Amino acid sequence: MGNLVEIRDLKVGATTDAGRRVDIIKGVSFDIAPGEIVALIGESGSGKTTIALTLMGYARMGCAIQGGSVRVGGRDMTQLSEKERAAVRGTEVAYVPQSAAAAFNPAMRIIDQVVEVSRIHGLMPDAQARARAVELFRALSLPNPDTIGDRYPHQVSGGQLQRLSAAMALIGDPKLVIFDEPTTALDVTTQIEVLRAFKAVMKERRIAGVYVSHDLAVVAQIADRIVVLRGGEVQEIGATADILSAPAHPYTRELLAAFRPSVDAQAAPAPAAVAQPVLELRDVVAGYGALKSDGAPTITIVKAVSLSLEAGRNLGVIGESGCGKSTLARAIAGILPPSSGDILFEGKSLPRAAKDRTREQLRQIQIVFQSADTALNPAKSIAEILGRPLAFYHGLKGREAQARIDRLLDMVRLPRALQERRPPELSGGQKQRVNLARALAADPRIILCDEITSALDTVVAAAIIDLLKELQRELGLCYVFISHDLPTVQAICDEIAVMYAGEKIEQMPRSRVGARDHHAYTKLLFASVPKLDPQWLDSLERNPELVAALARR
Amino acid sequence: MMTRAIPLPLHYRINIVGLLALCVILFWTMVALFASQLAPHGVGEIVDLDYFGPMSRQFPVGTDYLGRDMLSRILFGARYTVGISLASVTIACVTGVTLGMAAAVTGGWFDTALSRFLDALNSIPSKLFGLVVVAGVGSSIPVLILTMAVIYTPGSYRFARALAVNVNTMDFITVARARGEGVPYIIGSEILPNIIGPVFADVGLRFVFIVLLLSGLSFLGLGVQPPDADWGALVRENISGLPFGAPAVMFPSIAIASLTISVNLLIDNLPKKTRDRSA
Repeated sequence: MGNLVEIRDLKVGATTDAGRRVDIIKGVSFDIAPGEIVALIGESGSGKTTIALTLMGYARMGCAIQGGSVRVGGRDMTQLSEKERAAVRGTEVAYVPQSAAAAFNPAMRIIDQVVEVSRIHGLMPDAQARARAVELFRALSLPNPDTIGDRYPHQVSGGQLQRLSAAMALIGDPKLVIFDEPTTALDVTTQIEVLRAFKAVMKERRIAGVYVSHDLAVVAQIADRIVVLRGGEVQEIGATADILSAPAHPYTRELLAAFRPSVDAQAAPAPAAVAQPVLELRDVVAGYGALKSDGAPTITIVKAVSLSLEAGRNLGVIGESGCGKSTLARAIAGILPPSSGDILFEGKSLPRAAKDRTREQLRQIQIVFQSADTALNPAKSIAEILGRPLAFYHGLKGREAQARIDRLLDMVRLPRALQERRPPELSGGQKQRVNLARALAADPRIILCDEITSALDTVVAAAIIDLLKELQRELGLCYVFISHDLPTVQAICDEIAVMYAGEKIEQMPRSRVGARDHHAYTKLLFASVPKLDPQWLDSLERNPELVAALARR
Repeated sequence: MMTRAIPLPLHYRINIVGLLALCVILFWTMVALFASQLAPHGVGEIVDLDYFGPMSRQFPVGTDYLGRDMLSRILFGARYTVGISLASVTIACVTGVTLGMAAAVTGGWFDTALSRFLDALNSIPSKLFGLVVVAGVGSSIPVLILTMAVIYTPGSYRFARALAVNVNTMDFITVARARGEGVPYIIGSEILPNIIGPVFADVGLRFVFIVLLLSGLSFLGLGVQPPDADWGALVRENISGLPFGAPAVMFPSIAIASLTISVNLLIDNLPKKTRDRSA
């Protein structure tokens, strides 16, 4: 039997406003057999989504397929007319987008959107399509498959919505499904259910798939073969097990190495017996809305959390989305003043709200946000962004400030010439470095890192983690490192606190991660982190009741 | 549209459209400043026995409905149209944008009180408001400037507040607050640079509205007092010359168009700072 998909010497390019031609995909060739799942892996900008979209004969705005052929089931998608392509989309090739929340119309019932494909192509009567949709919901192990379709998109969880969008893709009975990072935005505990559902359905129906992802561990669970991409070129193609165990290409090795950031062998020096904590939280309660009669906010996000951080050590706060970890960082920084509880810095109580703290108190605790895109003012140059805290906290101006800006850029390993640029002209990793440099400009004791590596590619994230460690050695900083990603937290933190539903349920030194006596949720969370072993997902045993109770799907 | 960039001193460059628009605006500003030296006749002086006279060597843009020299009237009118309108639009937009940003950043009762007050002001029809004020305190140039500034402040406030509210939710504003920055820094340094483009476009639009309102008030006899006249008033008083194709009605219209279009073109093509992005 021939291949379902044959891509030969595919070239995709774009023309910029200035008339310069940019090559995005530079001659890529690979095949997909019927029923096979092929993963496209690479960092952002490697062209993995662009290739996946050409399977539907589609190129994003401003881009064009400039050469080569993309044969799906014997037909060259690049040669079809727009009308012929429209007929193929949804029936032969279907697409599952990264953000299901953005892909559903919030004003329509889910089932109406799922059966829309069959309606557009006139595949089957409406009643039959609905019955088929329910069958798919069941196959994707969605709860209440008979009635879940009557809900609106905001009434189901993210993991459920992602599976519903897979149902939407599968209803036309396609031969090929394109998954575009479908689990990237999900929590690890949810991700497992979604991956399992995808894998079961694809196996059972012998559907071929293209799985676009930057996460090697996820890909290891679901793909038969892996195509490693970089800069629009194929670096390596191989069976999943081969790529993972014997990577041939240096770039693949780099990806594998970055997957598990190295854990520092030597532990931080044990704190002196009388060490006074740099930062201490006592029963901090924070939330949104007006205060109720008992002094608690209408919606309490952080419930009586106590923490302490000793000098020179790092504290990791780990938990899934909605557990209150970012709110905790905002409470410490005084952006969202806690409604009760104390925050002590070097033994002295800090005013709860940032506007009541002195400039010196503010300087000592700096916060770095997850998204450097929104945390840096796009209208200001890097020099202006870094110059402001220098002028504000240290009164530096002119040549002195300039010298300090140069040193800060050196510290975060950015070329000095970058300072005349504005944030939109930098890459994601560079922006995150500037974001960090701005916090360093204040010369703080503590830096609150709120998911700072989550939006970055693995290789870039690993470099940022290394940078953080280096800065700590040079400047004696403390980090409160907030993340949903256990390996990242393990790589940098001495103490790890687990948060669940606004409460700190456990705190442990790094060495005790994986011990037997963890809280049930901690165990579930740690067990849900995907491993590079391709057998991991199939062999993972979970107590469904416990998962349902804790993961709040 | 590809236009050539022209380097200016101090690391600024401007494209050719912006430069032309700037020249037109500077030309009218000069005219406004030196009208009395440039005008061949007095503003109220009847110099032609015929009315709606054609273009001639003696009267380059003809004469008006009373036989007055149109050229002199347009030159003197520049003073009112350029001066009063620019002054009002500046006051209206500076006040409106500043208050709008401050309301978005401060929030709470300050925002609510200010918004409701300016909404109430906005609900008064602009011409009626002008009539009442002028009837109350009499017509003079400062009164006209202030009245029109007050009329156009609420719109500018609403516009800037809507833009600033969006910027205010960005993380870099939170970072600035966490750093301990005050409201003046946040609105001036963090928000303004991000909304300046739309705000300038709004200034251009509002300038045109003010020119039109001024001519409307003048037509009602409440604006610039005869024999002086702004350009809008010149159009209105000579409108009966339209069937004769009189230059007296054409040229003030051309003057208004050249000024308002230039203001908008300049705003769309403001000089940009050249930055070294070689790295």
